[in-house]
Formats: sequence, structure tokens, C-alpha cells
Amino acid sequence: MTSFNSDNPASIVSVTDRTLKIELPQAATALHFLGDSAGFVGVEDSVSFAAVSGEVSTHDIHGGGILCTVSDGKRIVTGGDDGKLVTVDASGATETIATDAKRRWIDNVALHPDGAIAWSAGKTAFVRPTKGDEKTLDVASTVGGLAFAPKGLRLAVAHYNGVTLWFPNMAAKPEVLEWKGSHLGVTFSDDNKFLVTTMHEAALHGWRLADNRHMRMTGYPSRVRSMAWTADGKHLATSGADTVIVWPFVTKDGPMGKEPAMLAPLKAKVTCVACHPKSDILAAGYSNGMVLMVRMQDGAEILVRRDDDAPVSALGWNAKGSLLGFASENGDAGLLPL
Amino acid sequence: MSDVAASKIPVTVLTGYLGAGKTTLLNRILSENHGKKYAVIVNEFGEIGIDNDLIIGADEEVFEMNNGCVCCTVRGDLVRIIDGLMKRKGKFDAIILETTGLADPAPVAQTFFVDEDVRDKTTLDAVVTVADARWLSDRLKDAPEAKNQIAFADVIVLNKTDLVSKPELAEVEARIRGINPYAKLHRTERCQVALNDVLDRKAFDLDRILEIEPEFLGESDGHDHDHDHEHDHHDHGHDHAHGHGQGGLKHYHDEDMKSLSLKTEKPLDANKFMPWLQALVATDGQSILRSKGILSFKDDDERYVFQGVHMMIEGDHQREWKADEPRLSKLVFIGRELPEQKIRDGFEKCIA
Repeated sequence: MTSFNSDNPASIVSVTDRTLKIELPQAATALHFLGDSAGFVGVEDSVSFAAVSGEVSTHDIHGGGILCTVSDGKRIVTGGDDGKLVTVDASGATETIATDAKRRWIDNVALHPDGAIAWSAGKTAFVRPTKGDEKTLDVASTVGGLAFAPKGLRLAVAHYNGVTLWFPNMAAKPEVLEWKGSHLGVTFSDDNKFLVTTMHEAALHGWRLADNRHMRMTGYPSRVRSMAWTADGKHLATSGADTVIVWPFVTKDGPMGKEPAMLAPLKAKVTCVACHPKSDILAAGYSNGMVLMVRMQDGAEILVRRDDDAPVSALGWNAKGSLLGFASENGDAGLLPL
Repeated sequence: MSDVAASKIPVTVLTGYLGAGKTTLLNRILSENHGKKYAVIVNEFGEIGIDNDLIIGADEEVFEMNNGCVCCTVRGDLVRIIDGLMKRKGKFDAIILETTGLADPAPVAQTFFVDEDVRDKTTLDAVVTVADARWLSDRLKDAPEAKNQIAFADVIVLNKTDLVSKPELAEVEARIRGINPYAKLHRTERCQVALNDVLDRKAFDLDRILEIEPEFLGESDGHDHDHDHEHDHHDHGHDHAHGHGQGGLKHYHDEDMKSLSLKTEKPLDANKFMPWLQALVATDGQSILRSKGILSFKDDDERYVFQGVHMMIEGDHQREWKADEPRLSKLVFIGRELPEQKIRDGFEKCIA
């Protein structure tokens, strides 16, 4: 397969006829697979699970906007502007994990592989371990993002002017990684060697955790809202440009002094990225509604969804890598069995 | 206006010094039978009685953009809140943002200039400043925040007029005009003002920068000063700001905050004007709170309009000059310690 000009869909390999249309009751803000069930998290109130049969079941989980969501493949956890933190499984069984005392917005949520949950409201980060008491940490400004480190119970709390690294079960003063500006999303590399944030400015910032050396990743035309680590954990794919920007974390220096790969250029902005869980393939959604599958090695592209002007708002793979799902801001959604 | 622009949610910024009556005005807006739904962003969450479905508590987090330039501060919390609120679009028609009494309106306004997501989804409608008729004169002396709020305003609700005498009212109005002669001014008791005087003003809409004329007292609010004065002032244009005690009306220079208006009937050279304006706001943007202009360029049959907040300027061609319309270029700057002579000289050099 070769790379074709994807601005001209007629010339590209297409699997659009193999996608299954899913009817959602509303626009989706995120997609998490629980097994083969595609959980489309709505912009408000509900989550809809879609099966490969096309059957959709919708469950009310919030009384208002859904602001943040995360999944470990077994359950989806969401935070809402109703001040609630809710978990839902594939059967639609829901449980309210926490309700903010002041009914503040739950802005961020993170899940630890062992089942611990972290969330934030305003300047306060909360951690509920699998055993033991709930812990809280107040940072200097509103929490922009949360991520658990892959090892140990350690939480990264992104905020204005940096990231606080907190061991909730230890009395030690949390470590602060400083960098001027507002830090929003945050993610650890799988090997626990790097920490990367998306910033309010159109840039990423990173730290090499061994020595807290800074890594500036700039050049984006707009803010990065979606990042995904590749299956081998050695590359970070990002939205925000008119190509998928993929930063290498192969060596001990990470992306320092290296150019990122720029894949799948279109005359539209990448809004969502999702990496295949096993192969060297990623999916990208664009501001014009197009969805492409891209082979990272050579940039070869396959058209999954044609453009229709509504930006792609949710994108995801199931854990086996046999299903790709997507949804756009106008509420259209689909599944592609591979 | 395109459909996309028409679907943007208008945001009204409600500012004013402590105790001026912001919450009273907010409650008036919400309780009136207008059939519209508002999302309200307040700074003191849950502490004041506001009866509305959608209330969001804000933290007024002012962030510096571009490596700490004070002219590029934005409200980071606003970016986050508007992003979250947009998930519920369709559930409300407009947003009202109340700032704290000590807030500088500039970071709020700048958020609407700089942040692409905020720009895509919302539009800044107007900065409405509630002022206390009894205490404003004192606050203008001792509180720079109060002065900023007056200087920044598109609409000024001069409240508690029942607590002052007529001469006192004339005094405080003259002080306001000494700082900002361009805002719409409404005298109120208990913030009784018509909703369409504070909402849906489109004060930051380039298409609405039709005229830049000082707003004179008593134009439509049933005030008791005579028509001759008004006429007189219109004829004098910007000179008004510099003449004291004309026809019995008080005029004040504010020592540090004032407005400067420039006018010429000669066409401007766009190739000189645009670099000059950009250089001016780059060097003196910190002093310039607001700027607006309607411009006539040489060999250009369209009016060019611009407006700005500190260092941020946006401008566009608006429409063709009408056949019977005088092709005047007018600029207004409101600011603190404006380098007046430098601005006047620079402007002169832009004449084609």
C-alpha cells in the first residue's frame, strides 16, 4: 500500500463501506470500549453503549454536562457539572462514587491500574485508594489535568506554572515541576521516564523525570487536546496541527533535539488521535469530520470516514484492536470491525 | 453575519467596585420576564443569593500568556468554564460574567481576543460597569481598580442616584466623563435599567463600530439640562474633553486616566497607518486600555474599522463608504498616562 493524496478521497484506499453507522441520542465527547461494547460518553447526562449489531442502550449518569471521563476497559468513570463522580459498567449499572460538597464541577478524573481513582474540583485533587482513606491535595491554582504514574501510587497534578507530583500515601512534601504557563492535560510515558503536558498555549511541555530536564515541544498552530501513546509506548501522537504530530521517546533523551514525524496531512486540523493497542497503526479524526487510519512506519493512509464538516469529537479502539469507533460533534457515530 | 457568527453565545461582563450593586443588577436581569436563559459565572460561589439554574463559581485566575507579558493576561478559569459550558449549548442563550469588585476587566476582555476556543464559541458583548453615585468620586481617587472599570466600560450603570443631590450627581458624572466620554451612561436607583440597555449591546462587534462620538449626558434619559449644551458639544467634537466648565457643565481632567480622540478628513496611508498602530500598541499597549477607530484609506472605497484592548487589536474592512458620507478617519484611545503628543505626531505622519 502506498500513501495517497488524502485531500482527494477518491484516490485513497477506503473502508467507509465497511463501517457500521451508530445512532446516538446526542453528540459524544469521548469513546471507551468495555470489551466489544463501545461506550460513547455524551456531552451531557448520559452514556450510550453500542454493540457491533448496531444496538444502542443509553443510560443516564449525570444531571448536566459531562466534563471529564476515563476508563480502564472494565468501567467508565465520569465527572460532571452536577458535582458528581460516577462509574458505569457495560451492563449500564451506575454508581455515584463521590459528590462534591459545594457542587463544584468535577473537572478531571484519572484511574490507577490497581483501581484507585483520582479526581479534581477547583484547586483540590482527591485520591481514593483501593484501601485506606481518601486523600486530598490543594494546589495553587485550578487543576488542569490528572494522571497516575504507571508504577506506585503517584499522581501528577497539572496546574498553572507546572505539575505537582504527589505520593498520596506518603507524608513527604509533593515535588513541583515548574514551567511557566497553564498546563492542562498530563500523561506519563509507559516506562515512567517522561511526563508530558498539553499547555494552554499551542505547545506540549515535557520533563525527563530522572533529572527533571525540560523538553519543549512547540510549533503547533493550535492547542493540543488529544494525545495517545503508541502500542510500544515509544511514541506520542498528538492533535493540534494539520498533520498527526508524533514525538519520539525512543532514546533516553526523548524528543530532545529530534524532529517529530508528521503523518496524514490534510487541509483540516487533527482533533482526535487514538493508537491501535497492538500494531503500528493509529487513527486520526479531523476538524472536517474525516477519520483516517495511518500506518506509522510509512504514513500509508486508509479512509474510514468521509468529511462532512462536523469535527470528530471521539475516537477509540477496543483492547483487542479489532474495533475502531468514532463520533463527531453533530452526533454521527460509527464502528469499523477489522 | 454568517450563521456561525450568529450562533456564538454572547457574554456580558458585569463589573463594578465593591458594593456598587452588581448583584442587584444581576438579579434584576435574571428575574425579569424576558424568556431567555442565562448561564451566570460568579466569583463568590454560593455566597450570594442568585436565583438561576446555571450558576458557575469562578476563581478569577489570571494567567500570563507569551512568557509573562502583562498585556497578554487572560482568565484561565474562563477558558475552562466556557469549554465546559459549551457542552450544554442549547440550554442557555447568553452568559453573564460577574467579576469581583477589585478585578481589572482587561484579562477578561483579552481572553476573548486570544483564546481560539473561546473565540470560536462565544463573543464578548459588552463590559457593563455598575458605579455607586455616592462613593464613586472617592473611589476614583483611592482605588485604581474603580478607575479601570470606568475607563473600560461600554455601558455604565450609575446606581444609587437617589442617595445623592443633583449637584453631587453632576459632579460624579463629570468625573466619569473625564475618564470615559464614550460609554453609554444610565442613571439608576436599585439598578432599575432596561435590559436592552445592558444586554445584547454588541459593543465589541466590528460591524457595530458605526460612530465614535462622545456620549453626552441627557441624550435619552430624561435629564434636565438644556439642548443647547448638547448641540454645542457635538459641534466641538473631541475638544470637549479639554475645555473646562463650558456652559456651566463641569468637566474634569482625570490626572492619569483619560481619552484621546484623533480625527482627519485627509485619507490615511494604510501602509503607514497599520505598522504605526501595531508599533504603538506594542510599545504603549500597557497604557492603552481601549482603542477604536473608523478609518478612510487612500485608494480604498471601504471603511476600515478596528478595536483593541491593550496590545490586542482586531480590524477589518466593514463596508463601502456611502456616496454622501464624509470620509473621516476617527480614532479613540482610552488609557492611563497616554503619550498624547507621541500619538498625535505618529498619527499625523500616517496621512497619505
